[in-house]
Amino acid sequence: MNLIAHYASQLINLCAAVMLLLAFAMLAQRRVIHVIDLFALQGLALFLSTMVVAFKTGQTHLYYSAALTLSLKVLLLPWILHRLVRMLHIKREVEALINIPTTMLIGIVLVVVAFNVALPIAQLSASVARGMLGIALATVLLAFLMMITRRKAITQVVGFLAMENGLFLAATSATYGMPMVVELGIALDVLIGVIILGVFFFQIRDQFDSLDIHHMEKLKEH
Amino acid sequence: MSATGFFGQLFALVLALLLAPLLTGWVNQCRAWLQNRAAPPLLQQYYLLHKLFHKDVVLAHGASPLFRFAPYAVFGCMLLASAIIPSLSTDLPLAPAADALALVGVFGLARVFISLAAMDVGTSFGTLGGRREMMIGFLAEPALLIVIFTVALIAQSTSLATIVETLAHRALNIYPSIAFAGLAFTMVSFAENARVPVDNPATHLELTMIHEAMILEYSGRHLALIEWAASLKLYAFSCLGLALFFPWGIAERDNVFALMAAVPLLVVKLAIGGAVLALIETVNAKMRIFRAPEFLGTAFLLAVLGMLVNLLLES
Repeated sequence: MNLIAHYASQLINLCAAVMLLLAFAMLAQRRVIHVIDLFALQGLALFLSTMVVAFKTGQTHLYYSAALTLSLKVLLLPWILHRLVRMLHIKREVEALINIPTTMLIGIVLVVVAFNVALPIAQLSASVARGMLGIALATVLLAFLMMITRRKAITQVVGFLAMENGLFLAATSATYGMPMVVELGIALDVLIGVIILGVFFFQIRDQFDSLDIHHMEKLKEH
Repeated sequence: MSATGFFGQLFALVLALLLAPLLTGWVNQCRAWLQNRAAPPLLQQYYLLHKLFHKDVVLAHGASPLFRFAPYAVFGCMLLASAIIPSLSTDLPLAPAADALALVGVFGLARVFISLAAMDVGTSFGTLGGRREMMIGFLAEPALLIVIFTVALIAQSTSLATIVETLAHRALNIYPSIAFAGLAFTMVSFAENARVPVDNPATHLELTMIHEAMILEYSGRHLALIEWAASLKLYAFSCLGLALFFPWGIAERDNVFALMAAVPLLVVKLAIGGAVLALIETVNAKMRIFRAPEFLGTAFLLAVLGMLVNLLLES
């Protein structure tokens, strides 16, 4: 336990770096199933970093939000998404609007921007993990990029969830978590959001025989 | 220059020459085991070198002196590279001659020579191999350089000896950037050593070969030198990886006892590294050549991320 306390801030940094790495892995990944698995892994990294922050700072309510992360983002949501993929018979590769190497290069630029933006803010902060703000911002931007560049609805939903991961990381690093009410509210929102989107997927597929959201640009009122 | 340093350097050189074919043999053996094939003997590379050194050289018509000189140049470059990488001790008299950046240049020089020699005879295979090698090389080099920059930022020096001393003899810190850099370095060394995701060293199929296509015209002692140089390159890259990412056990200056202890440790580390290499080669399929830029682009990206993370989290 002493060892964890000693290496706490380094462990948090490591978890944050792993989250960034997984965000890039999601951008590079071509298969929907693997994107979901990577999202679950990112949730696991977030859970670990929240646990370490909670241990280091003694903020008990962070344990609850860590448990919430574990149950929701590592177990429940990936399970729902896997089920959706299976029921919708999505076996195809992820279709990206921009080819993957270019996406990665844009991602690097986003990381540089995020780090630069976060640097002056981080210097004002006095919390354990001030360097993490840049990483959290980069994770949010990368998830955003994933939502923009992917054509299929399901990867966009994963991008949305990954963005929430980044926001959560920013919250733990900057202010040791949000108030419990806010956190519970967000968790519930995300859960309900995914369930509603799951219903939407079926509607979109019934309408167009595909999950490609480009078909929706041509929607007309009859 | 101390006497220990001189003998340490000499010892490291001899060890590199002797261990390099053994390492290649060990990787081949592990690969065969993992693929349920009957494994070649561990000393197969030595038999091969012995056989090739006793054969006559057949030169193509119109081969220029460059063609004959290239194997010696490549071998010399690889020997120099394994001499300046601190594998056993950081007290290397040759090490101040070249830092990590020059090391990348030495690898580049060898690459230029072998590609030129491949194009020299004028066969289509040689040209094809030379071009592919240059493509892989120009993608792998920036990634390797940035990996080295990342580690150099931590040690505040590009000298390999200083980097190893800083990393090995300092209180244990967790550096996320080292993890990124290590991943990128692994990917680069697969490309540089003509290993499976990028190139298959065991094939002679024109669609897939890169390294083999370049050396088709070589025979006799020239081929032996090139094979030995390829083994030395694998050894040098393994030692560089061990020195940068697993530097524990590499002896400090003027310490004979630590130098002696470093030898078995190095052998064990190389054996584990070779087994891991064989495992990665077995579970991966050979990529199409046009996927190689993407693979190396990912390595470059990881290296840049490592550097950025270093600047943000560790400075």
